Amino acid sequence: MEIPKSFLGYKRENGRVGTRNHVVILPVDDISNACAEAVANNIKGTFAIPHAYGRLQFGADLELFFDTMIGTGKNPNVAACVVIGIEPKWTKRIVDAIATTGKPVEGFSIEGSGDIKTIMKASQKAQEFSQWASEKQREECPLSDLWISVKCGESDTTSGMAANPAVGNLMDKLEPLGVHLCFGETSELTGAEKVCATRGATPEASKKFMKTWSDYNDFILKEATNDLSESQPTAGNIAGGLTTIEEKAFGNFQKIGSRKFIDVLTPAEEPKKGPGLYFMDTSSAAGECLTLQAAAGFNIHLFPTGQGNIIGNAIEPVVKLTGNPSTAVNMKEHIDLDVSKILKREMNMSQAGDELIKTTIRAASGRLTCAEVLGHKEFIMTKLFRSA
Amino acid sequence: MANTDIIIHDKKDNVGVIVIEKVNKGQDCECWIMEDDSSAKIKSISDIPLGHKIAMIDFKEGDTIIKYGHDIGKVVKSIKQGEHVHVHNVKTKKW
Repeated sequence: MEIPKSFLGYKRENGRVGTRNHVVILPVDDISNACAEAVANNIKGTFAIPHAYGRLQFGADLELFFDTMIGTGKNPNVAACVVIGIEPKWTKRIVDAIATTGKPVEGFSIEGSGDIKTIMKASQKAQEFSQWASEKQREECPLSDLWISVKCGESDTTSGMAANPAVGNLMDKLEPLGVHLCFGETSELTGAEKVCATRGATPEASKKFMKTWSDYNDFILKEATNDLSESQPTAGNIAGGLTTIEEKAFGNFQKIGSRKFIDVLTPAEEPKKGPGLYFMDTSSAAGECLTLQAAAGFNIHLFPTGQGNIIGNAIEPVVKLTGNPSTAVNMKEHIDLDVSKILKREMNMSQAGDELIKTTIRAASGRLTCAEVLGHKEFIMTKLFRSA
Repeated sequence: MANTDIIIHDKKDNVGVIVIEKVNKGQDCECWIMEDDSSAKIKSISDIPLGHKIAMIDFKEGDTIIKYGHDIGKVVKSIKQGEHVHVHNVKTKKW
């Protein structure tokens, strides 16, 4: 197949391109969720991203909180952003950082004026942003404006045979075109970590990966109170035939095809070494991983599943594919692409990769994904430790 | 091309994966080896569902299961050729 050269995206002020045109009402903290949701309810064409944190965090945990909030606002899928927090200082820090992109952003703090007056003021600004954003048009953009993140979930043995290598095939075809790519799931590479390390594009990248994996593994072993085989693989994985974490890891690893990663990113870190594949240190829980990848600036996500994970994301469209013929039928409304014909040998990997490229470009150009039409807007903060 | 019942990733693998809804005890199965597009046959001695693994050889306790050409765990209870391979007879070496 000749790979299409372009997709239809929204060009942003800083040169990045969005696959969506969201106007987001972003609460800084848990107690500002109600206010943010009231504004989103008042003003059509906007939505709130409620979450559970943002109070009394400190140190590295606080920094990751800011990186996640700021990165979410900066993501090119967000056209404009209203930020609402209880106190002015942290609200302003987030607003100022989002404003560096040049996009419209305004902050409101509730302390001293209460929910009702804040809702009124923020709603007026949200109305202005919503109407402004509604006039933005999609334009033809080169595929190199795609920043594609990947993560798999509810995996089974069909993931390693069909859906994951289909993503790997897409990576092999799109990386030479200048696309940014990102995989994560540090703990789910356990068992394949040494093989994964050999995929570093430089000795530094390989070394950085092994250190990242060892640190995470040490943390897991330190905190484990029971046999981790209860959690990894999950009950769903085991029902699907996956027996050990090693088997899961080698299946997981099929997602990067024959690519090499050029750098290792910390959670939510924006890639800065240009196009190519990046590894990000993330948990293997889908909500946490996708939230971090979206905060790093990735604008479309590919999610292979075996037994049928239903995840979406607040700002990144999530394209789901499966190689499991039962899941493709029984959970049809969640599956954007069925590659189960690979198991019957009625479709080869290159054909599956081509189909996935087509599906990805359609979604990037505006076709709503299954997760979007079903209302999935997961936004899950990665918490490093308890708040003060 | 005969219908494929079992897919084996790598020539070095000693287990295969069921890719039809279910393999029945006593069934003669056709295997396809992805790595080099070759074929093999095996008789199942268990009922094995879609996505689950079948032993291509006899294993004794302590042996290593190879899939994707790599070590994916250790045998904790002996397994006969054609038997269902899963958490009841294989365990991780990691944790």
